[in-house]
Amino acid sequence: MASKSFSDKVWSFFASIKLAVVLFALIGLTSIVGTIIEQQAPYRTNIEVLTHFVGAGLAPSAYKALHALGFMNMYRSWWFLTLLMLFAVNLLVCSTERFPGIWRTMRAPMRPLSADAMIKMSIRKEFRLHDSPAALEKKAVSGMKSLGFRAARHEEEGGAFELYAQKHAWSRSGVYVTHFSILVILIGALLGIFLGFQGMLNLPEGYSTNIAFSRSADLSDPSQDSLRASLMSGLDAAGGNFRLAAQAAGEDVAAFKKSLERVGLIPLDFHVLCQQFEVRYYGTSDMPRSYRSLLTVIKGGRPVLSQWVRVNHPLTYDGVTFYQSSYGLMDDLSNGTAVLTVKSPGGQTGTQRLKIGQSFLIPGTKETVKLVEFNPALAFDDSGRPITYSRMMTNPAVRVEIKDGKMAASKWILQRYPETWNLPDGSSVGLKDFWGVEYTGLEVRKDPGVWVVYLGCITLSLGLFMAFFLSHKKIWVRIEPGRKGARLLIAGTSSKNKQAFERDMEKLYREFEKGGG
Amino acid sequence: MESSFFFGLSTMAYMLAMVVYIVHIAFRKKAIGVSATGLTVFGFAAQTLALGLRWHEFYQLSGMGILRSIPLTNLYESLIFFVWCLILGYLIVEFRYKNRSFGAFVTPVAGIALLFISLSGMSTQIEPLVPALQSNWLLAHVTLSFISYSAFALAFSTGLMYLVATTEKKTEGSYIFWTVSLGIFVSVLLAMGLDFVRFRGAGLAPGSGAFIRDFLFKSSFESGSGAVRLISYIAAVAIVFLTWRYGTALKRVIESFKLQPAVLDEVTYKSIAIGFPIFTLGALVFGAIWANQAWGVYWSWDPKETWSLITWFIYAFYLHARFLRGWRGRKISMVAVMGFVAVVFTYLGVNLLLSGLHSYGSQ
Repeated sequence: MASKSFSDKVWSFFASIKLAVVLFALIGLTSIVGTIIEQQAPYRTNIEVLTHFVGAGLAPSAYKALHALGFMNMYRSWWFLTLLMLFAVNLLVCSTERFPGIWRTMRAPMRPLSADAMIKMSIRKEFRLHDSPAALEKKAVSGMKSLGFRAARHEEEGGAFELYAQKHAWSRSGVYVTHFSILVILIGALLGIFLGFQGMLNLPEGYSTNIAFSRSADLSDPSQDSLRASLMSGLDAAGGNFRLAAQAAGEDVAAFKKSLERVGLIPLDFHVLCQQFEVRYYGTSDMPRSYRSLLTVIKGGRPVLSQWVRVNHPLTYDGVTFYQSSYGLMDDLSNGTAVLTVKSPGGQTGTQRLKIGQSFLIPGTKETVKLVEFNPALAFDDSGRPITYSRMMTNPAVRVEIKDGKMAASKWILQRYPETWNLPDGSSVGLKDFWGVEYTGLEVRKDPGVWVVYLGCITLSLGLFMAFFLSHKKIWVRIEPGRKGARLLIAGTSSKNKQAFERDMEKLYREFEKGGG
Repeated sequence: MESSFFFGLSTMAYMLAMVVYIVHIAFRKKAIGVSATGLTVFGFAAQTLALGLRWHEFYQLSGMGILRSIPLTNLYESLIFFVWCLILGYLIVEFRYKNRSFGAFVTPVAGIALLFISLSGMSTQIEPLVPALQSNWLLAHVTLSFISYSAFALAFSTGLMYLVATTEKKTEGSYIFWTVSLGIFVSVLLAMGLDFVRFRGAGLAPGSGAFIRDFLFKSSFESGSGAVRLISYIAAVAIVFLTWRYGTALKRVIESFKLQPAVLDEVTYKSIAIGFPIFTLGALVFGAIWANQAWGVYWSWDPKETWSLITWFIYAFYLHARFLRGWRGRKISMVAVMGFVAVVFTYLGVNLLLSGLHSYGSQ
């Protein structure tokens, strides 16, 4: 006998269930390691984790070993992706091997059975009835119809005839639909990896940009830091115009964009501007109820789309999606603008925008209001001195100096407490916003594969439904007219869930038990 | 009426039902069996009412839509829902298989879980939702996940009972497997009980979240003193050994229930056959869609996601071993037991021990 060819060997290697088990185990076990070691985390975090397991002495060398093996970012390591690929090939080959047999079973036309074959089946019943064969046939057809079977008829020599039907033969393919869907999902994931990007962006109020920062950038390489900085300053000098920046660098646009991408900067084909960012809290607590940013997409110098973005409600433009993910306060608070709502004693209302040090006159009065200082999270310590209690804008307040001729008074106005807005003479100055000191944290993603993944998810669900909740059922009803009445044989098979099928069959039997008899 | 009153009522009903189920097994009187079922149904009704009330309270407090106000946003609420699904699943099995013997196993699990919730000082407060949870996907993702967890829990208990009832020799792999698993489970429970006593002794207000953060395993396996840690591990090993040595006693108890091993095997399979597709759709698919909407990434290898995938692998292995290799009985029951260990870790372990995006439940 000729020995098996190389391709046969490869095929049978991938067709083995043993390989599937080994891959399942390897993917599972390495994944567990990946959930214990925090992925893409700072050095200190994982040293702490490892100290817990191997002690402080061994932790640095354990870190080094695991780092060399790629465990610090293991789900993107070459060996983990290889395991996933092997799993995909294994799944494809195993399914391809078994599918033709199932396909034949599914497509095989149903055949009538002999009485002997029917008697051997586990779900069957025999009747001897006095009804006419035609009446029995009518009952059988309607009984099968009410169970959802459309009966075919086969007549034998000697007057015996059979009604038979099958249902949901295609449900046998459920397993393969499921397997195929997993492959579709993996293909969708690959599309996302190769054609998309994962980035993030911290955009201060009033700023716009056409650059996002890649999530997969290697931030541990200091030589890239300086390169990034010089590219960014070149782009800033060109006013954010890639063509001009490329010219200045003596490159063409495509090469310039490539060099941006190499250091983890993602060039976008448009600018995105953060017009406004706001947080709402639960009651008087500092727990955010919702936060949102008003983003505007600017293309070719013109705004083309403006939308509020909040958690669970992203903005998509040109295949790029912006997700609200975090927010924060900038280090430099001196450039902010207070937005004040002013109501004069006469009832006139208006809005004032001013920076620290500026002042304005309340209409209809002689009072001037001067903005003295801003506190993003105002509280007072035990001795009554103002302090800043958090690094977020949780309790924004401005101190104003109100001058009326000779008299001068100083006062804190708090955004979240309108009772602090009233002035003694009946006018009021309210703090609506302190604009320009917060940034919005956005996830910036492009994933052309996501619809392929969703399609795979839908077919996966359908496949599982077919595989677990539907079964291939067959029913035969054989009527043999005799001298005194007729012999009636009913039999059936089901590929799954025999009990439910037996209950259905009981219903069919009852058609013949009632009346007649 | 407050929801906590009815939760208390259902806890008592389940504990009482456990006693009556055990009496029923001992005496096999029909009237006793019917009253055990009646108690369970009563507890279930009270719990359903409590869930409805809490949902309503949350709806009124949150000011969000009714669908977004489902009380499933922290560990306390999710455990309660888990117990509710478990009892529902059990009642279905009881009516379908006309067998009350499982009741003696399921009702104590339900009662102990509810008791653990009320004693552990888990926060029972209705908490405002962080923005990421304010989505209609919460309802679909979390309810379906918990329905599948409950189906897996049922498969675990029947699988474990199968192992207990059918293993003979102490040197057998499957005997060692179930006694060691049970021994570890008992050790962990005892350790948590010890932590709880210390927690109560410290006189801290329940609901502060301090129990999990500062006390869990701190008086045993995670103690500051090396000697205590050593003694804890020795004690755990001793418990595992004793379970192994005297496991046959439990076997005689299970035998007295007169349960057909074939029925146990079938219930295990059926629970997994229902749980697996629901888990795939509710936990993995809906979770991915929601994650994509909220975080901009449908799969990020976050510990919770990774552990659900591991769980999914184990149950996929169960199904393939059964259909392709015809595995039945002891071998496959061990897989069902391991699958549930992964479920418990996905549900509790990740929140308590690992960090990640899904850390809502740890308060």
